[in-house]
Amino acid sequence: MDDTKKDIDVINQYTGEKWYYTDIVKDHFFHPRNLLMEKPKDENEFDARGMVGSPACGDMMEMWMKVEGEKVKELKWKTFGCASAIAATSIYSVMLTENGGLTLDEAMKVRPQDVMKRLGGLPNRKIHCSVLADKAFQKTANDYFRKTGQNSRIVVEGARVIDARLNITDKDIEEAVLEGAANLEEVQQKLKVGVGASDEVKTDIESLIRFYREKYYG
Amino acid sequence: MKRIYLDYAATTPVDPRVAKAMEPFWNENFGNAGGLYEEGRRAKEALTKSRETITKLIGAKPDEIIFTSGGTESDNLAVFGVANAALQVVARAVVSPSSKSDFGTPKKSDFFPGDLVVGQPSGVKPHIIITKFEHHAVLTPCEQLAKEDFDVTFLDVGENGIVDPEDVRKALRPETVLVSIMYANNEIGTIQPIAEVGKVVKDFRMAKEQILKDLASPTGVSTRNFSAEKYPCLSKFDTETFGKQYPYFHTDACQAAGYLDLNVNNLGVDLMTVNASKIYGPKGVGFLYKRSGVKIKPQIIGGGQEMRMRSGTENIPLIVGLAKAFELAQAEKDSETARLVPLRDYFISEVMKRIPKVVLNGHTTKRLPNNINVSILDIEGEALVLYLDSKGISFSTGSACTSESLDPSHVILALGKPYEFAHSSMRFTLGRSTTKTDIDYVMGELPKTVEWLRIVSPISVDMNASGMSHPEAFAGENLRVKAKSKSYKPDVLLK
Ligand code: FES
Repeated sequence: MDDTKKDIDVINQYTGEKWYYTDIVKDHFFHPRNLLMEKPKDENEFDARGMVGSPACGDMMEMWMKVEGEKVKELKWKTFGCASAIAATSIYSVMLTENGGLTLDEAMKVRPQDVMKRLGGLPNRKIHCSVLADKAFQKTANDYFRKTGQNSRIVVEGARVIDARLNITDKDIEEAVLEGAANLEEVQQKLKVGVGASDEVKTDIESLIRFYREKYYG
Repeated sequence: MKRIYLDYAATTPVDPRVAKAMEPFWNENFGNAGGLYEEGRRAKEALTKSRETITKLIGAKPDEIIFTSGGTESDNLAVFGVANAALQVVARAVVSPSSKSDFGTPKKSDFFPGDLVVGQPSGVKPHIIITKFEHHAVLTPCEQLAKEDFDVTFLDVGENGIVDPEDVRKALRPETVLVSIMYANNEIGTIQPIAEVGKVVKDFRMAKEQILKDLASPTGVSTRNFSAEKYPCLSKFDTETFGKQYPYFHTDACQAAGYLDLNVNNLGVDLMTVNASKIYGPKGVGFLYKRSGVKIKPQIIGGGQEMRMRSGTENIPLIVGLAKAFELAQAEKDSETARLVPLRDYFISEVMKRIPKVVLNGHTTKRLPNNINVSILDIEGEALVLYLDSKGISFSTGSACTSESLDPSHVILALGKPYEFAHSSMRFTLGRSTTKTDIDYVMGELPKTVEWLRIVSPISVDMNASGMSHPEAFAGENLRVKAKSKSYKPDVLLK
């Protein structure tokens, strides 16, 4: 184990498995940056707002943004989530606003892995928490584009139906991978349905699993 | 920093008196209880004594105690043991008619149409009844059985976390082979009416027995009608396939052992699980009480120890520790209860007084003397656990974020609450070392930490909510947790 990973460890009540948080995670967990202390009374206080929920664990994240020129001037947030979610969002907000702020395009390119790197790593099963910040930002950015009439810049992650019989979309697969599933069988376990009845669908799903594994763990 | 440990329901430290009792059995008396020589005899004697200690305390006979590796193994042995043995009964019943009926001898089903044809493709599956909030050591085996050859009823519990014996009665079927209900819930501490359920089960068995007797005599019709009125499902019961011995009644008493009466005759149970690690004994040891005559199929086979029900060299030091711990726990249960109930109620009332938006999970008084389980709304459990851990306080949460499956506590959901209540559920369990000073220290830290985490949180859940607070946040998402409330069907795949 890498020696930055120490201190707070949580022991899972069911499995006894341990996981570790790094000192950076701890610091941001106990002293979150850019936390919005009070929700804005005036809707126009911020230029944009977004709220997302984590389908993995049910946690929620709300984000507020001020934009100056093309740059992220302020990024404030609140979360109903675990230590990883708090720490990851805190550092994410720092990454987007430090040194005068990233441009919106740059900001949208920040990947969950970059956040992970800054945090010195998160336990595997906590990766989905860092993705929450990313998703909340995309939604906030979309809100900004919508409000400023730049509809062409809105990025909607469309859901594509993979298994029509069960109405399973690529989002479901993504979710399962974020929850730790690494192969078809584990995806089936997470989704609690026997996806991939035909060989064609099966191949499709397997390539999606590879794609998302690459995206989040690669 | 002084630690204030408030997770005694997870596990307890080993009582020094227990450790002392175990001491000679690591090195001095290390023998295998199967040996005929001196060392073996000494081990055997310790084993026998331990068994006797336990049997006396629960009103059982010595050959009714099976030592195991703990609560999970005992629960598994009860569930799979009964289930697999029942399947053998079915297999025999399916095979036997031709072999037994001697060409042309009338079978019972010739007199009573609607015979139970079990184990055949179109037949009835053996049936098991448990509650939705059983411990995973019972729940998961039953979920697995439900995917195989069994029908499982997952009973709802009341909003107060107590199962209604009447619901058990209604769920009974002629083919029910097992009813398993925990004595006290491990998360919310609610005490289940085990003795009453025991009566329901016994009553049902007697009705079956009566019917079988009636079948043997030509004049039994009136009794049959009587039973049928009370148990309409028995109106067609006319086979010995699942004979009068079924259903068996099992209770997981791990959490109850330190506080409640465990006399198996008072409780009317056929099987009972107890482990040592919740009663100041060592980890890795427990027992399953099995009333004599109850048929189970052993799950670990080999040398035939424990009356063939559980093979493996007997772990004498742990078994001695278990017996000692159990003896002490039962001896001190009343005084501990008297000491802890006021502390528990003090804790609850202080939390309610000092922190707004707190909901007590489970019945106010019909709960273990050491259990406090509250949903502190709008904050997530793992974050609170880690904040308070840094202040020296240990407790646990039902939040999804701390569970391996990322599913919120099935116990809180079984109470009919939205998943946010589970996310915010905090369990504080007191124990022998807990004092009022400890609780006052917690009350000094808890309210301000909650206040801070509520600043961190974007949500505001309604105290009486029955649905999730911000479904819009999940737009376009396939949110499984949402579905898992009261209507939650445990893991049985869409087949
Ligand atoms: S936000 Fe729920 S597990 Fe991290």
